[in-house]
Amino acid sequence: MNFLDYAPAPESKAILNLRNDYGLFIDGEFVDGTGTPFASISPATEQQIAMISNAGAADVDKAVAAARRAYDTTWSRLSGSDRGKYLFRIARLVQERARELAVAESLDNGKPIKETRDVDIPLVAAWFFYYAGWADKLEHAGLGPNPASLGVAAQVIPWNFPLLMLAWKIAPALAAGNTVVLKPAETTPLTALLFAEICQQADLPPGVVNIITGAGDTGDLLVKHADVNKVAFTGSTAVGRAIARSVAGTDKKLTLELGGKGANIVFDDAPIDQAIEGIVNGVFFNQGQVCCAGSRLLVQESVHDDVVDRLKQRLSTLRLGDPLDKNTDIGAINSAAQLKRISALSDIGEQEGAERWSADCAIPENGFWFAPTIFTNVSTSHRIARDEIFGPVLSVLTFRTPAEAIAKANNTPYGLSAGIWSDKGSRILAVADKLRAGVVWANTFNRFDPASPFGGYKESGFGREGGRQGLAAYLAPASTKADARTDTPKISARKKAAQ
Amino acid sequence: MTSTELATRERTLSLLGGEATDSNLRRYLHGIPGVDAVGLEQRAAALGTRSIKTSSKKWAIDTIIGLIDLTTLEGADTPGKVRSLVAKAITPDPADPSCPRVAAVCVYGDMVGDAVRALGAAHTTPAQPGINVAAVATAFPSGRASRAVKLADTADAIAAGADEIDMVIDRGAFLSGRYGEVFDEIVAVKAACARPDGTTAHLKVILETGELNTYDNVRRASWLAILAGGDFIKTSTGKVSPAATLPVTLSMLEVVRDWHRLTGEKIGVKPAGGIRTSKDAIKYLVTVAETVGEEWLVPELFRFGASSLLNDVLLQRQKLATGHYSGPAYVTID
Amino acid sequence: MTRLAVPKTYKLYIGGKFPRSESGRVYPVTTKQGDFLANAAKASRKDARHAVLAARAAVSGWAGTTAYNRAQVLYRIAELLEGRRAQFIDEITASEGSSPQAAAAQVDEAIDRWVWYAGWADKYVQVAGNANPVSGPFFNLSVPEPTGVVAIVAPQAGGSLLGLVSAVAPALVAGNTVVVIANEAMPLSAISLSEVLATSDVPGGVLNVLTGSPAEIAPWLASHADVNALDLVGAGALDWVDLQIQAAETLKRVLPPENGPDAAAPSLHRITAFTETKTVWHTKALI
Repeated sequence: MNFLDYAPAPESKAILNLRNDYGLFIDGEFVDGTGTPFASISPATEQQIAMISNAGAADVDKAVAAARRAYDTTWSRLSGSDRGKYLFRIARLVQERARELAVAESLDNGKPIKETRDVDIPLVAAWFFYYAGWADKLEHAGLGPNPASLGVAAQVIPWNFPLLMLAWKIAPALAAGNTVVLKPAETTPLTALLFAEICQQADLPPGVVNIITGAGDTGDLLVKHADVNKVAFTGSTAVGRAIARSVAGTDKKLTLELGGKGANIVFDDAPIDQAIEGIVNGVFFNQGQVCCAGSRLLVQESVHDDVVDRLKQRLSTLRLGDPLDKNTDIGAINSAAQLKRISALSDIGEQEGAERWSADCAIPENGFWFAPTIFTNVSTSHRIARDEIFGPVLSVLTFRTPAEAIAKANNTPYGLSAGIWSDKGSRILAVADKLRAGVVWANTFNRFDPASPFGGYKESGFGREGGRQGLAAYLAPASTKADARTDTPKISARKKAAQ
Repeated sequence: MTSTELATRERTLSLLGGEATDSNLRRYLHGIPGVDAVGLEQRAAALGTRSIKTSSKKWAIDTIIGLIDLTTLEGADTPGKVRSLVAKAITPDPADPSCPRVAAVCVYGDMVGDAVRALGAAHTTPAQPGINVAAVATAFPSGRASRAVKLADTADAIAAGADEIDMVIDRGAFLSGRYGEVFDEIVAVKAACARPDGTTAHLKVILETGELNTYDNVRRASWLAILAGGDFIKTSTGKVSPAATLPVTLSMLEVVRDWHRLTGEKIGVKPAGGIRTSKDAIKYLVTVAETVGEEWLVPELFRFGASSLLNDVLLQRQKLATGHYSGPAYVTID
Repeated sequence: MTRLAVPKTYKLYIGGKFPRSESGRVYPVTTKQGDFLANAAKASRKDARHAVLAARAAVSGWAGTTAYNRAQVLYRIAELLEGRRAQFIDEITASEGSSPQAAAAQVDEAIDRWVWYAGWADKYVQVAGNANPVSGPFFNLSVPEPTGVVAIVAPQAGGSLLGLVSAVAPALVAGNTVVVIANEAMPLSAISLSEVLATSDVPGGVLNVLTGSPAEIAPWLASHADVNALDLVGAGALDWVDLQIQAAETLKRVLPPENGPDAAAPSLHRITAFTETKTVWHTKALI
């Protein structure tokens, strides 16, 4: 009897009551899209979960028009406290349906149920709860008295934390008095559509939240729509760059949460067992498909071998498999395309001379899987040390002095997250000061909280989500609502090309 | 000194780079990486969410019973009470003869003779593994007595037939940095565990983690106890709150794991006090298995110091056997 | 008998030095009526590149000063401006064609605005930052930090000194270093401001002043990968949408053009626009 072969403990899918087809959620109702519907599949089994509507240009127009109407006629006229009450209702409904949402998320995304159950969904509820309380306190948001909402927010979110990213986007937008049109990622639309049901159950006025499904072209139509006032995007730096180009010359306020190549710095005096856990959590949480993943381990040379040994030992205890099994640590990669990218970059790592080690775990026959992998002997010039892999792949580099650690950590166009492991408080604070990253975790990693602002430096984007700062991203100071901007910007040839 | 003891001493001296003086020990123990309490507790909590089902659960429950040091440590203990404890140790569930026996009974030193007599043929002998008798010693639980008294306490228990000695460390000395004193005392008690036939009773070293307070102290005390020759490190006397907790036990298991990496030697761990339900006990099994490996889930390397735990485990066992929930009237009170 | 004046040679200000344009080019600066006042250096893209290098090199030192020290160093600028008040009034009167009274009012407002911003150095972090009550045993603090190198197209309308000060002071006070393209038609006060900086305690490279054509230089700054932010406050007459598109390549933080009398009005927002909120988590435990 091998005790560690825990009997399968799958979370029951019986809690789900899914439809075969999902429409677009526009103006409070599910309607069919004009595009060709697409299937959402489970990345763990490649089996179809449901057919999803595809929003075309007319649907995007309709959704934006619904959001505009709702903004003009109801939501912007509602008192802050009433907006807050709707958000509180949503928070409670998310809590009530937490298990169902967790199962749906694991099914659609491939991430382990223990993450959706213990991290994603509780944070979704917390996010709505936190911003609900802000709705009638906007004058304290840091923009002076009577800050103004922006109008219609176009929000495009990624597939790595589908419902959580929805909450990060919708909760502050609604609290600030905006209405939204949100597009979930094409591979993970399910929980957003369940959220649409929650909006109905909360009796949210029609049009305040609109959810349109589709691929990148739908998102493109949405963010470029002339009648949106705010664009919020989380995703790749390449797409973020294109969005930044497309909003150039407009009054659209922009928040971008983009890629990262987070450095996790381990000093020789680190609390070693917790550092190992932090490294594991840093890059193998959600199969490493996290923009703030600690994908570059910077370890002090004197403890390198010990850290790598312990890490390998620890990784050998991780369980890869059925995302719905409560004992699963590593779930499925979200899509075939993502798996291909991870594999390709890992192969490049080997070709460039880094030493590859993968945990010895059985890979299921169907679905998209990648065993936890460590690269040692990595140089700063290697692509696996520079490119965001967005998978369960850790690149290990070394340093000798704190100054070298800082220099290496900052040697990237990204600047989203970083970790510091040391027992020496003054050094932690000094290193944290010098890291060019929006979130620095000291002796911990991958912690999130609605009260805590999150967002990047440099090419990791701009604007913050979470906290007071996250609210400010959806507000304008009262005085600059009609500011002195040039009325008729010249539209250049390049701009036209970008559109 | 036996040759094993000599070897242990040699290795300790080489690790410390000299005699086990306060300063050498301090240098060594304070050179061990620190513990971040938040991360440790987070890891323990994560281990606590592992799910055990059906066949694993039956195995786990029987394993737990076989790892229990069934304990009575009351001022009011009598030979009668000890006899009844021993009866329960031998036959935990009178209704089910397939129920395994516990690992040991744990009593005060003056009760060792009663326990040995009550066990009779069920007692461990060199020829036949059975139920061990463990005696708390060294002025348990406070440890506030002279070295001579502590050694005499130990020798008495050994003479009465104890197979295992659960000693307490001098927490006062430890907290004031007199590591050498703590070390020497463990060495001396270990020597007092020797029997005339040349064998030695197993020594469990109780750290009383509730009084050491910090995880860094727990980790240092664990290293100290192992360096000094303890066979087991044990969390608590059960007389101080908090007694065993999952994070404390995890931290001690990490030391045991590191010691094994360093020397190849396996040290036992005994959480004691506060573990009352089979659900909690299973969390400990998971923690052991994922930290040091399943090979530690044997009585030679892991024990639960507990009294009320056994009955809860028996209720679960009955539930598994019959398919319906049992009640307190269906297990014996001691 | 009047004394023959000694005119000033107006040059660029890069890395604390006053070089001529590497291109060797100058352009005439005239009065409103078209009378020749001086030749200003006409900066090239290479001058812009040098300026960015100088600005980048100055970031860690300037951002690393204590806020109190930065406040004092900036306040010192206001003191020096006050001492040169007459010179600025003369230059503004000559180049902007404004009355001496109006020029004096502009200089006074510029000095006062500088003082206002200088006072923010050790306060904006308190006002824009905060402790975060996260649910868990963590110390969690968010603080704004300077973005890095900021390229600015200074306001091009009248009020050349006030416009310049309004644009550069908020970026500097946060701890950023700046490459500014001065008012093209009225660059004299920008160069004189540089002289003030050169004799102050502001380290070389913290503020770099380019004179010349914004239309020619701005694209090089907008597309420069080592520039972190772009203030287009004075770029309204340029193809600024194109500049913004170029800035998008490296995700620069961009402020749009502003026109009218309220352009670059003093506000905390102008300071925080070029800051990055950093959130630091640390575990918290007694044991």
